[in-house]
Amino acid sequence: MSKSRPNHLAGFGSGLWLLVVGLPLYVMLIATFQSRPDYAANGPLAFPEHLTLDNYIKDLNSGFAQYFLNTVIVTACVVGIVLLLVPPLAYTIVRSRGRIASTVFRLFLLGLAIPSQAVIVPMFFVISEAGLYDNLIGVILPTAAFAMPVCALILTGVMRDITPDLYEAMTVDGASSRRIFFQLVLPLSRSGLATIIVFSALQAWNGFLFPLVLTQSAETKVITLGLYEFQTEHGVDTPGLLAAVVLSMLPILLVYLFARRALVQGLMGVGGK
Amino acid sequence: MTRTAIPRKNNGTVRKATPSRYGAGRPGLLWAAPAAVFFGLFAIIPLIMVAVLSFTAWDGLSDPEFVGLANWRTLLDDPLMAKSLWLSVLITALGVIVQTALSILLGVWAAGHQRNRAVLSAIYVVPLLLSIAAVSVLWRALLDPNLGVPAQVPWLFGDGNLFGTQSSAIAVLVFVSTWQFTPLHTLIYQGAARAVPPVLYQAAEIDGAGRVRQFFHVTLPQLRNAIITSTILMVVGGLTTFDTVLILTQGGPGSDTTISAYYMYQKAFKSFDYGSASAIALLLVLVSTLISLIVARLSGYDKMRSTMEGL
Repeated sequence: MSKSRPNHLAGFGSGLWLLVVGLPLYVMLIATFQSRPDYAANGPLAFPEHLTLDNYIKDLNSGFAQYFLNTVIVTACVVGIVLLLVPPLAYTIVRSRGRIASTVFRLFLLGLAIPSQAVIVPMFFVISEAGLYDNLIGVILPTAAFAMPVCALILTGVMRDITPDLYEAMTVDGASSRRIFFQLVLPLSRSGLATIIVFSALQAWNGFLFPLVLTQSAETKVITLGLYEFQTEHGVDTPGLLAAVVLSMLPILLVYLFARRALVQGLMGVGGK
Repeated sequence: MTRTAIPRKNNGTVRKATPSRYGAGRPGLLWAAPAAVFFGLFAIIPLIMVAVLSFTAWDGLSDPEFVGLANWRTLLDDPLMAKSLWLSVLITALGVIVQTALSILLGVWAAGHQRNRAVLSAIYVVPLLLSIAAVSVLWRALLDPNLGVPAQVPWLFGDGNLFGTQSSAIAVLVFVSTWQFTPLHTLIYQGAARAVPPVLYQAAEIDGAGRVRQFFHVTLPQLRNAIITSTILMVVGGLTTFDTVLILTQGGPGSDTTISAYYMYQKAFKSFDYGSASAIALLLVLVSTLISLIVARLSGYDKMRSTMEGL
């Protein structure tokens, strides 16, 4: 990029977009600190006279704490499964030259294009038959499977950038595949590992369709479903609803603040050469 | 997974058998097996089941009954199916156009190195962190005809019921997706724009090309791969939009925003017509797979190139 002159027009445009992004978030935030009558009387754009935390307290007491816990369990398990299975997969894809390895890779690439809606009907019956309906495990397994393609894509991208010389040096030293994996590949893929943790966590945290179809009771409800049902059942309690939206994003925001670099790099790498 | 000539375990003996630069020290396929089996069980096999079910009539209680192409024929004559497909394509296309234009401009701008850009790009990402469900709930509340913003700003929104007509409901759906996913594509373009060799800009400047010409003749062509990647993500995402429609419009007014993915959900879990639902699901997969295959071929993903090569 030429750094000589600042581009005022582009700066203005992106400032405009900042408004489009920031204003709704701001409106949401101030709405959550108002009582319901205040919000109804003043509308979403007024600045509240009396600030209150009641909406958050009410939400947490009305089951959202349980939904939170469920979502945390689902997310942790999905990340665990992905972290256990995807790195060895990516290692094989990058290092094997056989046709089977590339077929497997193509299969995972194909998986990028399989929307979860496409399999929801058989998934519903398979999970029911397995006795996992309305059980968090029944949500975790398909969610993890559908998080794998994009993680495989990201991680193979990172592992491919490890130069062949390094493998060769270790091979000459007589290192086994396992040693190469643990002592060379994993340490050099740290940024990729961080990225797939963030990605699979995001996907699990935000999952909607699998929980919608595969669970039923309050004990297994995740946050996204809680939001949806809150809206259909108490749609008029807008401050309470928006407080729940804010609650639902807090943990992800925290993860993002810690792993911003990994997330951003992973996304930027996707469009690279 | 069949057996191959690749040694599964190298106990140090491969050292002598190094036939080429790339020959030895390679992991066996067993390393990939757990992931492949897991993925096969929960993605590929259900997909095959969908294909089989699409040729059956099934209410979920009795046994599926093979009916050949009956579901497909019914769907072919179903005006709602045609309408839902058209709506899927329309909403996807609108989303691709709006988001691509926005995210290329924002991404190229954000690829610069000034400090305020870093701060701003950090804020831009926030909508991406919210779940689709949360974003839909948020906008449903903000755009509520009675309690939301439209009631307060009548000069901008008219009678205020954005969910009342087809065109405004579609506009809302496209806007909400754009609001949430533009950051994703901005990041992709930002990364790609950073990778453009500065030499190209220097050469263009020597040739006397201004900023606009540089953008069209240097930046855009160099973003080719990013455009491909980002477009496929938009297309697949757009064709399979579901949460947004369920929460924002419930397919309405009438069936005016009933896109195929939502129609499939209704067929399966509201009308319990699992055969037809499977046929719609399969159709969605075929379309999005076709697009991805084309893109994978174009972008060279399937050739397993290093991202460092080929500057």
